[in-house]
Amino acid sequence: MVSTALAVGVKEFRQLGRDRRTLLTLLFVPSFLLLLYGYALNFDIRNIPLAVQDNDRSTASREVISAFVNSGYFDFVAGVVATEEIEAVLDRGDARAVLVIPPRFGEQVATGTSATVQMIINGDNANTATTVMGYGVNLLGAMSVRYELQARAGSPSGPILTVEPRIWYNPELRSALFLVPGLIAYIAMLTAVVSTALSIVREKEVGTMEQVRMSPIGPLSYVIGKTIPHFVVSLASAMAIVALAMLLFGLPMRGSWLLLLTTVSLFLIGALALGLLVSTIAETQQVAFQVALLIAYLPTLMLSGFIFPISSMPVPLQTITTVVPAKYFLTALRGIVLKGVGAAVLWPELVALAVFATVIVGLASLRLKRQWA
Amino acid sequence: MNAIEVRHLTRRFGAFTAVNDVTFDVAEGEIFGFLGANGAGKSTTIRMLCGLLRPTSGSAVVGGVDVSRDPEGVKRRIGYMSQRFSLYEKLTVDQNIAFFGGIYGLSGERLADRRAFALDMAGLRGRESTLTRALSAGWRQRLALGCAILHEPPIVFLDEPTGGVDPLSRRRFWRLINELASGGTTVLVTTHYLDEAENCQRIAIINAGRLAAMGTAPELKAQFGGGAPQPTLDDVFLTVVQQGAA
Repeated sequence: MVSTALAVGVKEFRQLGRDRRTLLTLLFVPSFLLLLYGYALNFDIRNIPLAVQDNDRSTASREVISAFVNSGYFDFVAGVVATEEIEAVLDRGDARAVLVIPPRFGEQVATGTSATVQMIINGDNANTATTVMGYGVNLLGAMSVRYELQARAGSPSGPILTVEPRIWYNPELRSALFLVPGLIAYIAMLTAVVSTALSIVREKEVGTMEQVRMSPIGPLSYVIGKTIPHFVVSLASAMAIVALAMLLFGLPMRGSWLLLLTTVSLFLIGALALGLLVSTIAETQQVAFQVALLIAYLPTLMLSGFIFPISSMPVPLQTITTVVPAKYFLTALRGIVLKGVGAAVLWPELVALAVFATVIVGLASLRLKRQWA
Repeated sequence: MNAIEVRHLTRRFGAFTAVNDVTFDVAEGEIFGFLGANGAGKSTTIRMLCGLLRPTSGSAVVGGVDVSRDPEGVKRRIGYMSQRFSLYEKLTVDQNIAFFGGIYGLSGERLADRRAFALDMAGLRGRESTLTRALSAGWRQRLALGCAILHEPPIVFLDEPTGGVDPLSRRRFWRLINELASGGTTVLVTTHYLDEAENCQRIAIINAGRLAAMGTAPELKAQFGGGAPQPTLDDVFLTVVQQGAA
């Protein structure tokens, strides 16, 4: 059995080697996707163009404006005098937000009376608008606390209680660090499932599968021989993305390489088996490609916690995420590279990945065995 | 002993009966022709004889092995080649031979011997490193036959092996089949080309899943020639199929 599986494996490697286009696609498209998504998928919002209508022109009002500018999130782009100008500034896109400080703001603040500052935000992109609003509310909240204390104590000594947030593992809250593990999961899943499914269905289409089935080789040897080359290629491709992410996006590596390799391998075995399962269902490469995309792409993108946090999903969806292997892979990957935790912490994820791989391998071989003889 | 013994072989797909109560024997070293229109049940029969498809009822013993009981054992004793030249087009001649030798468990000296045999038989000496895709249809066909008999099976199934090949290559291919048979190999061949069927020692005509006629070419011509002065197998085939339709 070993020798026949070997014959299939050697043949598959040779075919892969001959098919330069497929091989290059498998090896480099993932890295290319990483570049593309890595730079494009950025949830950080900085340098928001801000216009200000300062109707007070006092020390206090200038303090508020400099608090905005000094935060690093806002760039002062224009001072607005007339109220009609506000709409024009937003329409032209010169500013995404306009801060309106009312007359007598300084006076009110000094005496501890409540004052209202208006912030007009361009809501054409809801996500950005929410983030901008968050920044503004935080900044003004901090200012408000300070003024309140000053008014009450009569001295400019500053706040009594301050919060000094320390964010661990990703201190600058760079979304790249958070997203790259997700990208690795997504890209590895996609290439592994699609390449296995297509390579087997192609043999069905061309007729070589029929020829191989006429030989005494069992389905198991065939599948092992067929998947090992794809395992090697997708492992190489996945590790290449990890390396690239370290080089370009400053992804740290705080944990053990061995554990990383184990985790990636477990995940890939499940993914390859999923590709195999697809190949037992689909009769044409086109169908295989669509099915593979549907079951590999969508859940990994939507239900793994890659982009949308699982904890904020509705309960039924949260339940579904328990069978999405990328969810566990992501948790493990983030744990290993960002936190440097070991198997002692990540074992539930590793077990989940192993269970997924076992179940899918079992299902796929059951279907294949039924089709084979 | 017969190489192939088929008794009341039947295969149904749902309500459709693809092969209906077919019984025949093929003697060792015989070239047995299997004729029928498209969809008559030829391929289904061959797939059952090769252990790829389980019969619904009836039995088939190939090389002394019951196909329902031990399909794997059958596969070890047969070679199979079809018109859809099932070679890997992106591999070279040598790599194809290595692959098919490998999945039949050939290695070392035996593989080297059989590789030399296949290259000689197909006339592909000096083209070992040519991509299979670049070969002409006739060459690919002979290579496919070579790959199918690397493991020296006593029984060979050829499913429309000469489709899409020029007449010269066809004649050359039939010479190879005759050589195989004279070496003791049993050959069961299906074909569309009725003139080719003249090369077979016996012919079976299958129509709508049933065995409609069987015998040597002269026997069939005498029985189903339809009174023509010099009946051909074409006449025989048409008479048999029309009888079946009536």
